[in-house]
Amino acid sequence: MSVAGDETTVADGAAPVIEGAKGPVVAETPFRRFLSEFLESPVAAIALAALVMIVVLALAAPWIAPQNPYDLGAVDVMDNRLPPGATSMSTGMVYWLGTDGAGRDLLSAMLYGLRISLAVGVASGVIAMAIGAMVGLVAAYVGGRVEQIIMRIVDLQLSFPAILIALMLVAVLGKGVDKIIIALITVQWAYYARTVRSSALVERRKEYVEAARCLGLGHSRILFCHVLPNCLPPLIVVATVQVAHAVALEATLSFLGVGLPQTEPSLGLLISNGFEYALSGKYWISTFPGIALLLTIMTINLVGDQLRDVMNPRLKR
Amino acid sequence: MIVPSAPVGGSGDDVLVVDDLATHFFTRGGVVKAVDGVSFRVRAGEILGLVGESGSGKSITGFSILGLIDQPGRIVAGSVRFNGREITGLDEPSLRALRGNRIAMIFQDPMMTLNPVLRIDTQMVEAVQAHARVSRAEALERARLALEQVGIPAPERRLKAYPHELSGGMRQRVAIAIAFINKPDLIIADEPTTALDVTIQAQILYEAQKLCRETGTAMIWITHDLAVVSSLADRIAVMYAGRIVEQGRAADVIGAPLHPYTEGLIGSVPSHNKRGEPLVQIPGMTPSLLSLPKGCAFSTRCRYADAACRVPPPVLSLAEGRDVRCIRPLTGGRAA
Repeated sequence: MSVAGDETTVADGAAPVIEGAKGPVVAETPFRRFLSEFLESPVAAIALAALVMIVVLALAAPWIAPQNPYDLGAVDVMDNRLPPGATSMSTGMVYWLGTDGAGRDLLSAMLYGLRISLAVGVASGVIAMAIGAMVGLVAAYVGGRVEQIIMRIVDLQLSFPAILIALMLVAVLGKGVDKIIIALITVQWAYYARTVRSSALVERRKEYVEAARCLGLGHSRILFCHVLPNCLPPLIVVATVQVAHAVALEATLSFLGVGLPQTEPSLGLLISNGFEYALSGKYWISTFPGIALLLTIMTINLVGDQLRDVMNPRLKR
Repeated sequence: MIVPSAPVGGSGDDVLVVDDLATHFFTRGGVVKAVDGVSFRVRAGEILGLVGESGSGKSITGFSILGLIDQPGRIVAGSVRFNGREITGLDEPSLRALRGNRIAMIFQDPMMTLNPVLRIDTQMVEAVQAHARVSRAEALERARLALEQVGIPAPERRLKAYPHELSGGMRQRVAIAIAFINKPDLIIADEPTTALDVTIQAQILYEAQKLCRETGTAMIWITHDLAVVSSLADRIAVMYAGRIVEQGRAADVIGAPLHPYTEGLIGSVPSHNKRGEPLVQIPGMTPSLLSLPKGCAFSTRCRYADAACRVPPPVLSLAEGRDVRCIRPLTGGRAA
C-alpha cells in the first residue's frame, strides 16, 4: 500500500478550503463568522450594545442603585411624588428621576424593576423554549398519532389570545413571580413547539439522520445531538421575540394589577402606580419606566430581527 | 486507477447471503413491490456491484439488509444471513449493534450525510463510541488513523474542521473513513461517487477498492453506472423492477451479457459505440412498480420479447453463480 507514493494523484484536486483564499490563519469558526455578519447592520450593532447595557444595569442594580427600594427603612414616605432632580428632605440624596407615590427613588425602582421584568421574561422564555423544543422534536420525530395529538393541542393553545390565557391563569393561581412565570410559560411553549416541529420535520428527512441511523446511534442521541442543533437557528430567533413578548405581557399583567405584588415592582407595576398621577402633572412616575420598558422591548426585537436575517439561509447575501 | 496486481477479492467465506428477499411498500395506491425476490451472496473481501436504474429497488435492497425500512414499507419475505446469522426480524437493539459496527453504509451525497453543525471529530468519535467503550482520546486516535487510511492529508487539521470547510471529495473520504472506522465486515455503498467529479470519482473508487482488499471487508456497491462498476466490482448483479435479472462475475456480465436489459445497459454507455453512430438506447422507461407488465417486467421494452414472455421467467443458472432471469438468454449478443 503505497499511499505516500500515490499522494500526488490521490490528493484532492481542490485545495483544502480550510485556509482558503481569505488568508487569515485564524480558523473561521461558525460563531466568528456569525458575529461579523450580525454586526454588518449598524442599527443591530447599536441595539445589541444597548441590550447588553440594559442587561448589565439590571444585573448590577443592587450595587449601582442609589437606594434599595425594597428596604422600607431606606424609603422616606414624606419624599413621595418629588419631581426629577429634587433633593430628599431627610437624607439629602438627589432623586434624579423623582420619586413615586411611596417615596421611592424612581431611578432605583426602575433598575430593580428592570431586573424583575427581564428575569421573568428570560426565565419564562428559557423554560418555555425547553418544553416547547422537546415537545416539538418528539412530535416531528415520532410522527403519526402522537404528532397529531400534540399539534392539535398546540393549535388550540395558539387560537386563544395570549393575554386572555395569562389573565385567567394568574386570576386562578394568584400573585407572585413564580405564578406569573408559570402563566407565561403556559402561554408561550406552543410557539416554540410549532417552530421546532416545522424545522425538525425538514431536518429528520435529511440524509445525515439516515446516516446516523446507519451508524447505529440511538433515537435520543440522533434527536438531541443531531436534529436539535440543526433546528436551533429558527428557535433562537423565536426565543428573542418571545422574550420581548414575555416582558411586555408581564408588564401588561402588572399594569392591570394581576401581576407582581406591590412589594416587588416591575416596570409594568411602576407605570401602573404612576398612571393615576399622569394627568395631574406628575408625568415622571409613569413616563420614565415606560421609556425603559419601550427601550428594552425595542432593543430585544431589533436584535431578534437581525438574528433572523443572519440565520435565514434564504436571505443570505 | 485499479490497484495494480490486486488479487481478485472474494476468496473468503460468505459474509452476506440474501435469499429471496422481498420488501413491499403498502401505499394508498396499492402495494409497491420495491424488492421482489432478490437473492445474492457476498464473500469476504469481495465487491459486488448492484446495478440498476433509479427505482429498480437497489437502494431499498441495501436498507432492507440494515433493517432500516420505514413505514409504510416492510420486509415481507426472504432471509438475510449475515456471517451465518439470520438478521431479518432482529429486534432494534441487536440491529443497532450491527449498524455502523459490522455493517456500515456510505451514501450518495457527501454534502448531506455529514451533519453540517458538528465538527468532523465529533461525528467520528460518536461513531466509535457508539460501539466501543473507549476513551475520547482513543476514539480520536482511531478517527485520525481512519482519515489517514483514506488518504486525507493533515488529518489533525481536518478533524477540527466543519463539513462545509471541506471539498466534496474530501467529505466523501471522511464518510468512507467513518464507514471503515469500526472495521466492519460489510459496507453498503449507495452511489457514493455519483455526486462527484469524474477525477475525484476515480480517486474514491481507488481508495474504496484498496481498503476492501487490505481489510478483507466485503462491499456492495450500488450504482446506476455500469462503467464505474465494471472496473471496480468482482461480481455484478443487475436489477430491474425489484428483481435481479442477471448476475455473475464482472467480466462475464460485461463481456457476454445474458439478459437483454444488461445488453441494453452496456449499449447505452457511449464508449461502446463507434463515433458518429447513434447511441443504442433502451426504449421506454422503467414501468411503474404499481402496474408491472404481466410475466417478464422488461418485456414491454425488450426487442426480443414475444408472446412467450407473458409468463414469469424462471431463473436460469448457467454456471456456478451465473444466473439470468430470462427464457431466452443471449449468447454473443444475439437471441438464442
